[in-house]
Amino acid sequence: MSTTPLTDSAIMLRRNFKHTLRNPVTVFNAILFPIVLMLMFVYVFGDSFAVGVDYIDYATPGLILMAVSYGLSATSTAVNSDMTKGIINRFRVMDVSRGAVLTGHVVATVVRTLVAVAAVIGVAFLMGFSPSGTFADWLGAIGVLVLAIFAVTWFAIALGLAAKTAESAGFATVPLIMLPFFSSAIVPAGNMGPGVREFAEYQPFTSIIESLRGFLAGTPSAGDTTAAIAWSVGIALVGYLWARARFTRRA
Amino acid sequence: MTSSAIVASGLRKTYGDRTVLAGIDLDVRAGTVFALLGPNGAGKTTAVNVLTTLVKPDGGSVRVAGHDITTATKAVRAAIGVTGQFASVDELLTGEENLRLMADLHHLDRTEGRRVVADLLERFDLVEPARKLVATYSGGMRRKLDLAMTLVGRPEIIFLDEPTTGLDPRSRRTMWDIVRELVADGITVFLTTQYLEEADQLADRIAVLDQGRLVAEGTAADLKRQVPGSHVRLRFADVDGLGAAARVLAGSTPDDDALTLRVPGDGGVKPLRALLARLDEHSIEVEEFSVHTPDLDDVFLALTGRPSTEESR
Repeated sequence: MSTTPLTDSAIMLRRNFKHTLRNPVTVFNAILFPIVLMLMFVYVFGDSFAVGVDYIDYATPGLILMAVSYGLSATSTAVNSDMTKGIINRFRVMDVSRGAVLTGHVVATVVRTLVAVAAVIGVAFLMGFSPSGTFADWLGAIGVLVLAIFAVTWFAIALGLAAKTAESAGFATVPLIMLPFFSSAIVPAGNMGPGVREFAEYQPFTSIIESLRGFLAGTPSAGDTTAAIAWSVGIALVGYLWARARFTRRA
Repeated sequence: MTSSAIVASGLRKTYGDRTVLAGIDLDVRAGTVFALLGPNGAGKTTAVNVLTTLVKPDGGSVRVAGHDITTATKAVRAAIGVTGQFASVDELLTGEENLRLMADLHHLDRTEGRRVVADLLERFDLVEPARKLVATYSGGMRRKLDLAMTLVGRPEIIFLDEPTTGLDPRSRRTMWDIVRELVADGITVFLTTQYLEEADQLADRIAVLDQGRLVAEGTAADLKRQVPGSHVRLRFADVDGLGAAARVLAGSTPDDDALTLRVPGDGGVKPLRALLARLDEHSIEVEEFSVHTPDLDDVFLALTGRPSTEESR
């Protein structure tokens, strides 16, 4: 019997997709929460933020990132359950290629997150979102976004592997959910108080959001995009290496 | 068949300064049931983990299905199936999907996979709940599904780590029947258990594990010979009653302090009736009456001089 890493990963991916479909709450959460926030910020507070452009155009990139980070706790929890509920031992004894389990989680999370992001963008359009980016700009935005999702997914997987229980794994991703609030997602970092402002200016989510914002507005910023890519590659690398180390120890 | 399915010699495993397996020798004949009997913390699960390549041994050599577990891991894995102490099933899938997942991972083609899955659902009486999520299954159903998943790969040797712990008596009987069927199909079964009765019911050979060492090995009959047999215990109101009974019942041992009399016997109905008739004949009043059959505790007391309840964990 030959074990091909690709087939095994595909089988694991199918398993993860089934989990997601069985438990659509995870997708609804990732879609609903940013949309509720979007309605709140745009219709309730929107007029009180002076951001220089239509508020929905300003807020959409930030809300996209919130949709990304909000879906991560499901991934951490699922990875942790795989480790703690014994199914991993079955896969190991069956000689399933190493890492197929994690690859399945990564791809499933990226796809699930992209679905959530598409829904958020759809609602944004309904609310008057009018991006002026060209087709090439959109490709750039998608590229930055997919890379960012890939990066934080590996990080969430590492958190899931490092946690002792599924509950603590879910809780470990809370900082990732909070980070967008302390970025330029909702208001420009420049409008924030001292201390928070510096943090917001230099944290990874701000550069990713600013890069998206530039692309969608048709004014791509090379500086923000470079920073976004650098952050994403860095986070992906740390997440991957950390996850691999924990995985080897646990599985 | 006279070949060995599992051969271990001098198997050692330590975690930090704690020795879990202190040099174990095993020889399990192909096509037989071998039971590793021991209390919690004796090292049973560690033994299974090492034999199934999940944990690397610190010393000794092990051959499973003719392959060395450290150098031919893949070949060993292809030949074995493992059902752990905690059901390794996917709760978010249905029973059928769990089995399909196994068929896919074993790279069975579609028709073959479907056939194997249908057969196993039928055989393990899981057809009705096949399309329900495993999260809704009872403990007994999970164990059955777990074992069915193990069988998808048609293993030569199956490891069952405490297959009936936590199951109700009926599910336990079902599991025993399943194990017997496996052996009838020519599969070698290596099981661990805390229950002497289970080992007695199923195993051709039993090894008793205590604090990482094998303290006895043999057939169930061999072991029982080393253990005090069943007995009937009678308790009396006073020393006179006890004394009278001890005089009329041959081979009995009185305990004057507890006012009890221990009468050897296998707990059969006939000898019991005779025993009671004899007490009646002499008009001896008995306060309390109980039958004791040897259990794991008796085996341990006899073999190690201490009760099994003492956990070495």
